Amino acid sequence: MRGWWHRFAQQLGWPTSGLARQEALYAYLFLLPWILGFLGFVAGPMVASLFLSLTRYNIVKDPVFVGLENYYQALFRDPLFWSSLGRTFLYAAVVVPTGVTGALLTALLLNQGLRGTTLYRTLFFLPHLTPVVAAVFIWSWLLNPSFGLVNEVLWQLFRIKGPVWLGSKEWAIPSLILIALWGIIGGNLMMIFLAGLQGVPRELYEVAEIDGANAWQRFWNVTLPMISPTLFFNTVLAIIGALQTFTLAFVATQGGPAYATWFYALHIYTNAFNYFELGYAAALAWLFFVVLVTFTYLQFRFATRWVYYAGEVK
Amino acid sequence: MPAVVSLPRERRKERLLLLVGRLRWGLGRLTLHLLAIGLAVFLMLPYYWAVISSLKPAHEVRLLPPQWWPSTLRWQNYIEVWQTTLFGQWVVNTVFVSVVATTGTVLSAALAGYAFARFRFPFRNLFFMVTLSTMMLPHEVTLIPTYLLYYKLGWLNTYLPLTVPFWLGGGAFFIFLFRQFFMTIPLDLDEAAKLDGASYFRILWSIILPLSLPAVATAAIISFINHWNSFILPLIILNDPPKFLLSIGLRYFQILPTEGEPKDHLLLAASVLMTIPVIVLFFLGQRYFVRGVVLSGIKG
Repeated sequence: MRGWWHRFAQQLGWPTSGLARQEALYAYLFLLPWILGFLGFVAGPMVASLFLSLTRYNIVKDPVFVGLENYYQALFRDPLFWSSLGRTFLYAAVVVPTGVTGALLTALLLNQGLRGTTLYRTLFFLPHLTPVVAAVFIWSWLLNPSFGLVNEVLWQLFRIKGPVWLGSKEWAIPSLILIALWGIIGGNLMMIFLAGLQGVPRELYEVAEIDGANAWQRFWNVTLPMISPTLFFNTVLAIIGALQTFTLAFVATQGGPAYATWFYALHIYTNAFNYFELGYAAALAWLFFVVLVTFTYLQFRFATRWVYYAGEVK
Repeated sequence: MPAVVSLPRERRKERLLLLVGRLRWGLGRLTLHLLAIGLAVFLMLPYYWAVISSLKPAHEVRLLPPQWWPSTLRWQNYIEVWQTTLFGQWVVNTVFVSVVATTGTVLSAALAGYAFARFRFPFRNLFFMVTLSTMMLPHEVTLIPTYLLYYKLGWLNTYLPLTVPFWLGGGAFFIFLFRQFFMTIPLDLDEAAKLDGASYFRILWSIILPLSLPAVATAAIISFINHWNSFILPLIILNDPPKFLLSIGLRYFQILPTEGEPKDHLLLAASVLMTIPVIVLFFLGQRYFVRGVVLSGIKG
């Protein structure tokens, strides 16, 4: 009787001895808060929002099942769906390459063993720490068309009359990009790059130097391949972050002027918490989730072509 | 004979080359320093402008052309922020929520990290993969259903949604952080304690955690800053100004209509005040903070 059960349990990797079972029991006990949190605040809500997305619901009245109506509405009848999605990707398409490149360049600068590197690193990192709300207020004032420093400097140095920045349809997104880059180029991504750079074995550079490689060749043929996993990780991180941008646009422009900064996250928020179209907003969130997952998956698929893992067995 | 004559000349040439090389190196360093200083100035300028503007008398804030330096430094502005808004109340609220949520994050993430680092149990890898994958989850997806959950529980306009979830797991990043750190602690210590009859919980509390103070500090600092800066969750949960946290309090102050007097300087003073604790905390725990950030990039 006990025999086959025992073998079956072993196959599953289920603990068979009393001690091992006790160990597993305790492990689950320690994991219990996390499991409860995951079920209650992540997995449960995700499933719930899938159902919610099939209904019309405004909290006051009971949800009404409408099938795929919300998805149809989003894809074919809501002009703001496509425009906000496009705008969000456009924003990411600028912020991610410039931000990642800027962070990498800053990290390269800090990796030269300059005296005072710790101080530089600290100063570069502070913008990233600044609460987004505070950063937006500071920059709104800096970019103020008449009383701001930016336009004043543009005028004093180049006699250029600066734009109205956040108040203009054309310059609102570039302004947000500027504010975002201020926090990115010395921030998390830079720190992660710096750690990656410090992990590149010195011998590789010495060998390259003996072979007569100049600084650029050393960077292109040694540094870049060696930190490609970091580059990949940072790019994925930056894309996810950029596509989810909310606070920046919400505080700085509230999506305006004339929807110029109406990002996808703002579209979800407005539908949910201003119009109380919770079913529709849930559908928007799910569509966004699908887009993000697909996008991330494609990146991982594509990554095998350019990311080099030193320890990988081919 | 010619070889002997040419020797000093060779040496002179060598010395010259060395000098040129050193000069070039020095110039290169100088350029790099100038680049670094330039970048630092560019990144610090917004702070300068914010601090200077926040210290201007109200009539000087909107002066044309903008003044690089005010006629008098009006520290009074900083007191006015506390008087004209609920700033003091918001500070108390934010400290309270951040401390409670951070404590929960550290404790429950340490528990989960301990389980992943030290125990063998079925589906461990599956659990771990699920944990890590939640790091990639956009919060938009759970925002609406969790809002409804809090609504049904009657938690709206309370601090429960901002604290309770963090006592349940604390977030994948912190679990990962603790697991990685715990795995560097020799198992012999656990074994010895086990022989002495210590329970698993006792081992975590009296042996593992005291040895993991750097990880605890890292998690505490990062988590505190996250909570201090968080915006969207308080925005949808809280709707009563006395209950606001700093982030949404400042925005409320921004969109509040005023009569006549510009309040830009006050808004900037408030922004500076909100940023100071974060910077101080970063300076105090820089070593730990950097380690935590770096760790998040390790498993690329």
